[in-house]
Amino acid sequence: MSRLSVFGLLGLVIRRDLLLAMRRRADVLTTLIFFVMVVSLFPLGVGPEPDMLRKMAGGVLWVAALLASMLSLPRMFSADHIDGTLEQMMLAPQSLTIMVLGKIVAHWMLSGLPLVLIAPVLGLQFDMPADAIGVLMLALLLGTPVLSMIGAVGAALTLGLRGGGVLVSLLVLPLTIPVLIFGAGAVEAVSGGMDAASNLSLLGAFLLFALVFSPFVAAQALRISME
Amino acid sequence: MSMSEFFHMNGYAFYVWGSYGVTLLVLLIEIAMVRHRRQLALRQLRLMNESGDE
Amino acid sequence: MAINWFKYSAPSTFYGLAGKLTPWFAWPAGLLFAAGLYIGFFVAPTDAIQSEAYRIIFIHVPASILSMFLYLILAGYAALGLIFKTRLSSMMASALAPTGALFAFISLWTGALWGKPMWGAWWVWDARLTSELILLFLYLGFIALQASIEDPRRADKASALLAIVGSVNVPIIYYSVQWWNTLHQGATIKMTGTSMHVAMQQGMFMVLAACWLYAIAVALTRVRSIILEREANTQWVKELQEVKQ
Repeated sequence: MSRLSVFGLLGLVIRRDLLLAMRRRADVLTTLIFFVMVVSLFPLGVGPEPDMLRKMAGGVLWVAALLASMLSLPRMFSADHIDGTLEQMMLAPQSLTIMVLGKIVAHWMLSGLPLVLIAPVLGLQFDMPADAIGVLMLALLLGTPVLSMIGAVGAALTLGLRGGGVLVSLLVLPLTIPVLIFGAGAVEAVSGGMDAASNLSLLGAFLLFALVFSPFVAAQALRISME
Repeated sequence: MSMSEFFHMNGYAFYVWGSYGVTLLVLLIEIAMVRHRRQLALRQLRLMNESGDE
Repeated sequence: MAINWFKYSAPSTFYGLAGKLTPWFAWPAGLLFAAGLYIGFFVAPTDAIQSEAYRIIFIHVPASILSMFLYLILAGYAALGLIFKTRLSSMMASALAPTGALFAFISLWTGALWGKPMWGAWWVWDARLTSELILLFLYLGFIALQASIEDPRRADKASALLAIVGSVNVPIIYYSVQWWNTLHQGATIKMTGTSMHVAMQQGMFMVLAACWLYAIAVALTRVRSIILEREANTQWVKELQEVKQ
């Protein structure tokens, strides 16, 4: 096997995960459908009054994004854990941290990115103005990777445990609250006519911070779970 | 402060005693649970010892 | 007096020490509670604006402080256990968790009961109360993760990692919630005025000290049970007086 660069390894892991996911498209779609359904539940619960919905929109969409991300987390490592690939990855000389990063990127592309793309449609359901929808998409684009990254640590810690998705959610959701606050805050700022730049830059900071630390921490968590 | 004033807490009795009452309850329950855990552990160990001696 | 402290880092020796120390924490805790609450109720004057309801702070504030510090101490012990692979450190972390969670609950409960007469609602999305709620979730997550993993070593390490990640996040969460609160101009639960009557301070410090001593006493007792559970198959446990009887 030829020498793999960091990017080569990343590309390999991402491509593999995406290919495997394409063979089980249902998993990806169920997360998306869950997102849409949860968002649709809120008007049914609180009433269809447009002013109220417009005010709620950012928060509702963000909470739904958090929940949808949590739902898809167990999938990150479980398939590879069951068929033994994960063990091979850990024994391989290549960096586990990089491989975990690859899995996180693939996970985000399959769970976070679709949410970003479908958000405008749901925003219209809530009668959100165009500029708010734009900021929402940008905020989700910055925030959903962070959800995948924090989630990866949770998924790694709970590898193979009963209680699956619920336990991961219990562990990870409190840690994602800052993303929720500033993500929804960005939408609210722009809806109130103010600048969303500070919220978005904080989200960017979270993204960088998570990018630097979470693949390594998740790799350590995997080692703890697998020994 | 007289006794009746103490209990009445200027009308806030429910809130003040509700707070301290629940706090006392929680702490007592915790103490009880910690002791119970110790009893359970000791009982388990004694059983193990007995079956070990047979 | 040179004490070989490292001798006590083994569960077998710490067990005995913890047992002897516990009363030295438990009794002073009880006395300080009594003294602190006496000062709080009978020496400290009635507040001009909050009347007698403010007396809840004598337990609310210490409980909040303790819940936060116990989490950090828990994370510290857990980190020690993870890095140095000392079993006793992990056991101490496990011993502290329920106490910390209960103090967080007390903080929330008393906070709600303080908020209702003062601000009209049972739950006020005050920055500190909201952060306290999230802290309770962090405690519960730690306890739940430990409970879900059968292998004690994996449980120790996994929950240690979770506690470390959690404690790094605590300041981030706290400042996010602060910012969120000011944005939405929520209520801020504060004492009226910045200067507190001396007796109020004294009362609160005494109750705070009492809570600390109580927490240590409970943690020491709980860790002894954890040691008995985890070291059940060792000779020294089998030889213990309380087991042999």
